Amino acid sequence: MTAPVVDRPDTAAPAAKAPLRLPPALIVGGVMTLVTIAVALVSLFWTPFDVEAIRIGDKLMAPSAAHWMGTDHFGRDVLSMIMVGSQTSLVVALVAVGIGAGIGVPLGLAAAARGGLVDDAVMRTNDLIFAFPALLLAVMITAVFGAGAINAVIAIGIFNIPVFARVSRGAALSLWTRDYVLAARTAGKTSGQISRQHILPNLTSLLVVQAAIQFALGIVAEAGLSYVGLGAQPPIPSWGRMLAEAQTMIGFAPWLAIFPGVAIVFVVLGLSLTGDGLRDALDPRVRRERGA
Amino acid sequence: MSPTLAPALAPTLEIRDLNVSIGDVPILKGVSFDVPPGQVMGLVGESGSGKSMTALAVMGLLPPRSEASGDIQLQGGAVPYADDTAMRSVRGREVGMIFQEPMTALNPLMTIGDQVAETIRVHTRASHKAALATAARMLERVGLPNDQFPLSRFPHELSGGQRQRVAIAIAIALTPKLLIADEPTTALDVTTQAQILSLLKTLIREDGMGMILITHDLAVVAETADRVAVMKSGEIVEQGEVGQMLAKQGSGGMVHPYSRRLLADATHAPVRRSKPREGAPVLVVDGIVREYPGVGRMFGRGAPKRAVDGVSFSIQPGESVGLVGESGCGKSTLLRTVLALDTPQAGSVTVMGEDFTRARGADLKRLRRHVQVVFQDPYGSFDPRWRVEQLVAENFHLLDERPDRIEGRRRVEAMLDQVGLSPADADRFPHEFSGGQRQRIAIARALITNPSIIALDEAVSALDVSIRAQVLDLLADLSDRMGLSYLFVTHDLTVVRAITDRLMVMQGGRIVETGPTEAIFTAPSHDYTRSLLAATPDLARNILALDNPGGHHSTPQETER
Repeated sequence: MTAPVVDRPDTAAPAAKAPLRLPPALIVGGVMTLVTIAVALVSLFWTPFDVEAIRIGDKLMAPSAAHWMGTDHFGRDVLSMIMVGSQTSLVVALVAVGIGAGIGVPLGLAAAARGGLVDDAVMRTNDLIFAFPALLLAVMITAVFGAGAINAVIAIGIFNIPVFARVSRGAALSLWTRDYVLAARTAGKTSGQISRQHILPNLTSLLVVQAAIQFALGIVAEAGLSYVGLGAQPPIPSWGRMLAEAQTMIGFAPWLAIFPGVAIVFVVLGLSLTGDGLRDALDPRVRRERGA
Repeated sequence: MSPTLAPALAPTLEIRDLNVSIGDVPILKGVSFDVPPGQVMGLVGESGSGKSMTALAVMGLLPPRSEASGDIQLQGGAVPYADDTAMRSVRGREVGMIFQEPMTALNPLMTIGDQVAETIRVHTRASHKAALATAARMLERVGLPNDQFPLSRFPHELSGGQRQRVAIAIAIALTPKLLIADEPTTALDVTTQAQILSLLKTLIREDGMGMILITHDLAVVAETADRVAVMKSGEIVEQGEVGQMLAKQGSGGMVHPYSRRLLADATHAPVRRSKPREGAPVLVVDGIVREYPGVGRMFGRGAPKRAVDGVSFSIQPGESVGLVGESGCGKSTLLRTVLALDTPQAGSVTVMGEDFTRARGADLKRLRRHVQVVFQDPYGSFDPRWRVEQLVAENFHLLDERPDRIEGRRRVEAMLDQVGLSPADADRFPHEFSGGQRQRIAIARALITNPSIIALDEAVSALDVSIRAQVLDLLADLSDRMGLSYLFVTHDLTVVRAITDRLMVMQGGRIVETGPTEAIFTAPSHDYTRSLLAATPDLARNILALDNPGGHHSTPQETER
């Protein structure tokens, strides 16, 4: 008999990747999000009507072939306003997520890497921000600096900081116990270097998912702030303010409230589905359960 | 127990020509064996050989999309392993199962009494009270008497061995006909392992249950099983009575080359040509004390816990030293201090004559070059997003002048070649390698700065015996060629015996015995060392005992082959 071949049964799966099966939520959500972004981009160059032109003669027209979503009490085209409003929503939410992740993730990484006093300081400050009513802070900021889209961005961004800090600290703490982090320490690397080279790259998928969710929440928050008059100021169109202005006319011009409302739901649903789908696609455990 | 009784009884479990495949991949090929009542069938083999899959088939827990054929009979009745609904009444009631990890097999939110009682109530109409009474009896049987371990205990209040006892109580609660134990002691310390194995043996003898013992450890089989089947790539290559299979060569023994090789690998001791050299020690550990703050209370803290209590030793160039002890003895804490990953409250670590403990900045980096480490888990010790080249090159960070890209690549390739991998492996990711290959990568990473000493933290414990033998050979070879010193931190006495010159036994934060390895194995002087050695399943000793049958255990069944 020939010598037995050394068994290598634990050889990992061959490098060839299994065909990528995207979760349905990601496909549906991704399409919805892409449509929103496309609309915002188109509105930069073209809208059916000028959103700042006031035509009192056309005021409060029901949806028609000329005005697909009707007109408001100044005769402005609702479709055009929603298209331009999508810019405000997306930009405000995007910048707010950027602020939250840009400040929150480094704070969370530092808290996990340093522990002790740094950890306590970061996490207790987070708790403080969490405990503070978001709207109150927004009112405070706008009271001091004046109402406007930029201040809305700052207010929403500040509330994103603790979310990102918490998520990244929690995940980073578990990564810090890995042997490859110990190996990096025996390679003489500082905690900053390890956070940058080993921890952050392994958090990416988690942070992308969280960003998608915070993005959706940011759009709702922007609409809320605009609704109470603390967001983008006229004449910049904003979905939240459109809702607020439609309030008094809802009895005889319901389309003024319906279309901005549907727009908000559409975008938020799209982003939430994208977030869920990304989590499923990026989380190997879920992926395995799906049998991909 | 009595040999005259057993042959009259039909086997508890009969497996005939069991085939399992997933897609086109055959997982089990024509597996057939019997488990007689009151006897232990040991299934041995390396990872992926199909031993766990065989057990899952008997439990009807085969993975989805798998196809199975063959006949499984339990006391003469066919086991409907393909029918999940029908299997529910078999699992737990007819067949009990014990898993490797007692931490995750129990529900942390339920008391131990409720967990045992729940199993009883799922299958019988017993009232909660009656079930609890049975549970109390079962826990008593597995060595958890009620006065010391009330039913209201939670799993986290128990040690690993006690948790495994609870898992056994659950498995035997309904006096099943068959018990399946899948690596039941792999996660336990040796002294605990010995107790659990003897408990299992007693239980199946008393109840006349059959038992399948799945393990990678031939020594455990030699100590516990009556019959053994060697599995490889989904097939049973050889089976028979333990006495005949493992007895010394010449008097029967195993005939299949694979099983012979498995046996040889399990006791493999690499050839070491170099001897420890005289001269200045590479590492001196002097009076290390490491305390952890006590548990926080409402006011202040409890007494600090002293994990390492005044440990001193030194390692000569080219010397290989073993540090053994059970979990919680402080060996991991000591290792972290030796690696300067943790600062001790007292004492110092000196590397090449310089203070390592208090070195900072450039000095610390320079000294780190000399002391490197290989960790246990070949899966967790690499950043999954890095390529092998980056991983091995990470330690270039310690050099004053980091090599440029081309030179770095050249050195990584040369090092991969040294540890028996190919230069092209530098471009692959760690998940593309097997466990043994990953340990080679870890060794390459440790060696790239040309260190004087490498600490190995259970570095071969997670490997199959054949791979372990290869890695041990590699380590011995590297030590010969480069004059490396090793510090083996492990609970596995077989490994330290194979490769170390000197042994240190640690208990409760102190080193209780130290001396030349062979001397300690032949004549241990400390009580703890003696109990540790006695509890360790020793293949050689067991084979000797099997060769001189004097009541070890009787083997009533005829060998079928």
